[in-house]
Amino acid sequence: MKCRYFCDSEAHSLGRRSFMQAFGAGLAVGGWGLASQAQALAQLKSDQKRMLVVFLAGGVSQLETWDPKPKTDTGGPFRAIPTSVPGIHISELLPETAKVFNRLSLIRSINSHNDDHGKGSYQMGYGRNRMPGVAYPHLGSVCAKALERPNSPLPGFLKIPGGGRGRDAAYLGPAYNSVGVNGNPLANSARHGSLSDEIDQKRHDFRRQLNDRFLLSRRSAETEVYTESFEQALGLMERRDVFDVSKESDVDQERYGKHDFGRHCLMARRLLEQDVSFVQVSHSNYDTHNENFNFHLEQMAEFDTPFSNLIRDLEDRGMMESTLVVVMSEFGRTPRINARYGRDHWGKAWSICLGGADIQPGAVIGKTNDNGTEVIDREVAPGDLFHTYLSAVGIDSSGTFDIDGRELPVADPAHGPISELIS
Amino acid sequence: MDITKTHIQSDWEVSKPLLSCVYHPEGEFVFTGCEDYCVWRVKVSDGTKEQLDCDAWVRAIGIADSGNMLITGGYDGRLIFWEGILSTPKIRKSIEAHDGWIRAIAVSPDQSLVASVGNDLVVRVWNTSDGALQHEFRGHESHIYNVCFHPIEPHLVSGDLMGQLIAWNIEKGAQERSWKAESLSKYDNGFRAQIGGFRGLTFRSDGQSLAGSGITKVSNAFAGIGNPSVVVFDYPDVEKVAEYLTKEPLRGVAWNVRLHPEGTIISGCGGSGGRLLFWKPGQTEQVHQLKLPSDMRDLDLSADGKRVAVALANGHLAICLMDEKSPS
Repeated sequence: MKCRYFCDSEAHSLGRRSFMQAFGAGLAVGGWGLASQAQALAQLKSDQKRMLVVFLAGGVSQLETWDPKPKTDTGGPFRAIPTSVPGIHISELLPETAKVFNRLSLIRSINSHNDDHGKGSYQMGYGRNRMPGVAYPHLGSVCAKALERPNSPLPGFLKIPGGGRGRDAAYLGPAYNSVGVNGNPLANSARHGSLSDEIDQKRHDFRRQLNDRFLLSRRSAETEVYTESFEQALGLMERRDVFDVSKESDVDQERYGKHDFGRHCLMARRLLEQDVSFVQVSHSNYDTHNENFNFHLEQMAEFDTPFSNLIRDLEDRGMMESTLVVVMSEFGRTPRINARYGRDHWGKAWSICLGGADIQPGAVIGKTNDNGTEVIDREVAPGDLFHTYLSAVGIDSSGTFDIDGRELPVADPAHGPISELIS
Repeated sequence: MDITKTHIQSDWEVSKPLLSCVYHPEGEFVFTGCEDYCVWRVKVSDGTKEQLDCDAWVRAIGIADSGNMLITGGYDGRLIFWEGILSTPKIRKSIEAHDGWIRAIAVSPDQSLVASVGNDLVVRVWNTSDGALQHEFRGHESHIYNVCFHPIEPHLVSGDLMGQLIAWNIEKGAQERSWKAESLSKYDNGFRAQIGGFRGLTFRSDGQSLAGSGITKVSNAFAGIGNPSVVVFDYPDVEKVAEYLTKEPLRGVAWNVRLHPEGTIISGCGGSGGRLLFWKPGQTEQVHQLKLPSDMRDLDLSADGKRVAVALANGHLAICLMDEKSPS
């Protein structure tokens, strides 16, 4: 009888407390894969690609970042500055990012038809509109699965900051759920001081012995999952320093900044260097209904230096060719400035910044009108973005996952990649 | 003057949402900064307008040279000295005064100096006659939101986002004292941002009191949920005298404050509708308020103390008479 390894039920979500809360993910389970051998081979070619998302939570203003409209009725007080790519201007709030723009591109024509935080986060993370009763895997889970490093002890989908495990992998299974880290060694990952190497080894040997005997007669998907997770957790314990950003040099800690976002960007670099498939760093908060300009001044100042240093460092390490970097939000902000100097939610015409991997550098996709109130060229939907990200890291976004004999599309078939942006 | 009879005497549509306003000392004109990157000269009696293109948002406006010079400080960091302001305004001099926004300027009582402050954390004092830099004061650790001169002593006071106030002695070129208005600044842990600061800062004409205005009791910085507040200090003892709040808990920011020579504290707020607010000194319970047609963003008191000019978010300039309506 064919095992139904995962049904996304609570029982299958690996509920061991404490020890597994932090890193009970990354389970290598057989029986799934892309639908064909050809696809699988194509997948192998992209094995060394990875993705970084910088998520500006709350909805960053496109006018104060990637699509400034100075001296218009919606432009606000900030000016536009040239970038290192002739002809591309961004907000003056991003002077350091402007210097590394030769590695980046813009999509300025997103229309997500949505002004709601939850729906917007879902659209950007899952590439679809949320539908009741239907669960799809998050972009990070898709990358963790399709770009899986079989021999890595590290989870394939890491979120910074965070704690514990997410439930974002849907039918891909808990192996591809996110794991949250915060720049410190994972909670409960150090062996208790009272245990010597010898005693520790003995207890693991004993566990394995019992486990093997149990498996002789009661082997199941669940037992394999638990066995795998224990072994992976042991591997993680040996590499717990990977999650400790204080191991980075003082110089780098100074360059990135001592604030949370600086530490988290440095942590992201550390994880990408360890070849984690998907890393997401969040920066809060951009939900500026009030005093949009003061708060963007404050937040973008914190964003600009560590983000640009991260791009520089990935470039210096030769990793930009294999690392897709995307700066996204759940939506943009209204061109209209409200009475409180705020901007409200706006999904009708907004932007993201991306670069690296197979993204053409220095490109601008789409256009908004003079005061940014609507898209006038090359409208792009969140579903298109999802396809584009996957294509940029070498995943065939028109492919399918084979889940218990069911072929489930990797991305929403109603959309497709922005082909002109892929090199 | 009867503040309980305060009413809008005239209401002039200017342009886009307004940012700031200053009464000309002769009372015939009000100069108002606008989101259209201009300052407008508006004739109080008939609303006639003259445009001064500043190429930046301007929230800092001052008048010097016995009413013949206008000084504007823009979000582009430029200080512009305008001449011919009662006829055809022209730029006499422009200075790259600050790195980043100029948030406020103040003209000295003898009109020989203008102080400017902004996001570069520096207080700079310039000659109004030739624009020469006279002093630079450093000591603030967050964006400086406001500045004002003492009417008698050679002091100026600057206030920042964190609620820090610093008094500077111009003759000595040094810091005189430093203190804090705790209630006017807060770090919102939920949104991870600092909110507050001195949106208004002014001395009483006798120099015995210093008032600052802003927002207090913030529960949600990014939605602007907090209450307008005016804090008044004794000077030079800087003992906090009182915090003046609205009778009903209005939402928003007290965008400026004026201390009337007769004692009345005048402020106004915007955030969820505009109000002009009045208190008597030492009597923290609000004595009167006037509902405005839109959120208020700035105010100024006329030199004769009878009127308040109010810059509104709907692009209108309202002139409020603090007395009963004339029979006509």
